Amino acid sequence: MKTNDVILKTVTKVVVFIILTMAVYLFFSGHYSPGGGFIGGLVLASAIVLMYLAAGIEIVHKGMPFDFKIIAAIGVLLATGTGFASVLFGQDFLTQAAIAVHFPLIGEKELASVVLFEAGVTLTVVGVVVTIILNISEGGE
Amino acid sequence: MNNLVVMPLVVPIMIGIVLVFLKNHIRVQRALSLITMLSLIFISIVLLENIQASGIMRLDFGGWLPPYGISFVADSFAILLVLIASIVTLICLIYAYSSIGERHEKMYFYPFVLFMIAGVNGSFMTGDIFNLFVCFEVMLLASYALIALGGNKKQLRESLKYVLINVLASWFFLVALAFLYGTLGTLNMAHLSVRVAEEGQDALLTTISLLFLVVFALKAGLLLFFWLPGSYSVPPTAVAALFGALLTKVGIYALIRMFTLVFYHKPEVTHILIEGMSVVTIIAGCLGAIAYKDLRQVVAYNVVIGVGFVLMGLGVATDSSLQGSIYYLMHDMIAKAMLFLIVGTMINLTGEKRFDRMSGLIRHYPLFGWLFFIVMISLAGIPPFSGFVGKILIGQGLIEAESYVVLAIAFFSSVVVLYSLLRVFLQAIFGETSVSIGDEKPLPKGQLIPILLLACCTFGLGFGAEGFSSFVEDATKTIVNPEIYIQAVLEK
Repeated sequence: MKTNDVILKTVTKVVVFIILTMAVYLFFSGHYSPGGGFIGGLVLASAIVLMYLAAGIEIVHKGMPFDFKIIAAIGVLLATGTGFASVLFGQDFLTQAAIAVHFPLIGEKELASVVLFEAGVTLTVVGVVVTIILNISEGGE
Repeated sequence: MNNLVVMPLVVPIMIGIVLVFLKNHIRVQRALSLITMLSLIFISIVLLENIQASGIMRLDFGGWLPPYGISFVADSFAILLVLIASIVTLICLIYAYSSIGERHEKMYFYPFVLFMIAGVNGSFMTGDIFNLFVCFEVMLLASYALIALGGNKKQLRESLKYVLINVLASWFFLVALAFLYGTLGTLNMAHLSVRVAEEGQDALLTTISLLFLVVFALKAGLLLFFWLPGSYSVPPTAVAALFGALLTKVGIYALIRMFTLVFYHKPEVTHILIEGMSVVTIIAGCLGAIAYKDLRQVVAYNVVIGVGFVLMGLGVATDSSLQGSIYYLMHDMIAKAMLFLIVGTMINLTGEKRFDRMSGLIRHYPLFGWLFFIVMISLAGIPPFSGFVGKILIGQGLIEAESYVVLAIAFFSSVVVLYSLLRVFLQAIFGETSVSIGDEKPLPKGQLIPILLLACCTFGLGFGAEGFSSFVEDATKTIVNPEIYIQAVLEK
């Protein structure tokens, strides 16, 4: 029996963008307020899982031909790598640096190396969550 | 600032991740994991030397000072265990090269081993108890994968049990941590020790300490070892050897650390309980070791006996018994790895799991047969092998504490260990062989050499005990005098 999921598909098209925006917002807000790489990653992964649910594994895989295990691995490498970079600069492991930069239009902003670390966390979370969901879905059919 | 302190955790994780990218390049994976373990051994030797020269070393992650930040603490006790764990892992890896099979190697076997050793090393070195939980989880997650990898029916059944029991234990661990944080407001181990000493270890704190005792007893296989014989007998030999050598030892380490550094004020409750639990563990382990004819069960129950023996030393907690526990812990890691490898090889060579269906192995593999003899007398505690020093010191501690009954049980267990292995030796190694010379299955050099290396280690640790004694004495000094540890962590 072919299920009619036209409502899910239509809603998903809009909602995925909202979720992705939310993920990016959470990711960047994490520096001084609630949020951060882990939460951002979870929200990002939820968007991807929603796309899998609505469109099916093959179609999404055509658009995003990634092996999510590799993405998780890249994430861990990025996170530990930024920790390791501080060792190369002769600081304690995981020491982070930040500089204030003046941007045109948006003014004084802080550029922090912790963003790279958080990006690593995000990639790890996305990779792991999507891998788990995909593996569970394979078993059911 | 001692960035070297974090290397035993970070190096295997980073290399493990790199190996994930090299999934199909088995030779590169082998070479890189070998180099990683060699460098870990080198790093821990350097750390050990540095600690002797300039005292306990500490690294505050990101420069955040304790008790607020996360820190790694390297004292002699932790680094000795890191060193032995690295050596054992290196040798098990060499064994795995010729035995584990291409299917495993392409399914991320080497990355998982490296993640597991990272978790083990992290557990030994972490300075705060929440990260002890995290490192436990790193180690356990990797071990879940390693135990289930291969996926035959029996393996999956036992790994399900293993996962469930460990998830439950981890949950208890988390609850205990929450209680501890709620009562004392800190999770840094040195700070915990200070706070417990200030507040006095009242009934509430003692109850929390008992909750930790239950958690670590589950992980170490102290009394609550019902999951151990099943799950240690299903994975491939190299993995089983790693488990038998390392995983329970991390639980033992956590028990020793917690009950000498933090909860040492009420020995009449906690330490007596540990003593009682270890006595029951030894007796049950002895029964199991004699009862079974399946070699892997015999070996698994020998692990249980070892756990009980080490924690007897913690139970009476005198200087010499603790020193004995450290010696015996180091010895047990090496000897149990060796025993698991030998037994796995025997099963592999004969195709039988029960030792009464094997015989005369020594006629075909003379060196291998004598290696079994060596591990047997090493475990029984006969000099010059490594079990001797630990047994003598624990025995001395038990005499100082005037627990003669426990002493009798402890040494009776040595006889039982000897008996349980001797009958294997007489039946399976000695005796007439039904296979004529030349028809036997060849024993690959890649499997014999790791066992030989472990035999050298147990001989070295026993014969060179004098050389190690300065390190072990330093480790004991830190354990017996918590101030030294506290001072190194909080006041520098």
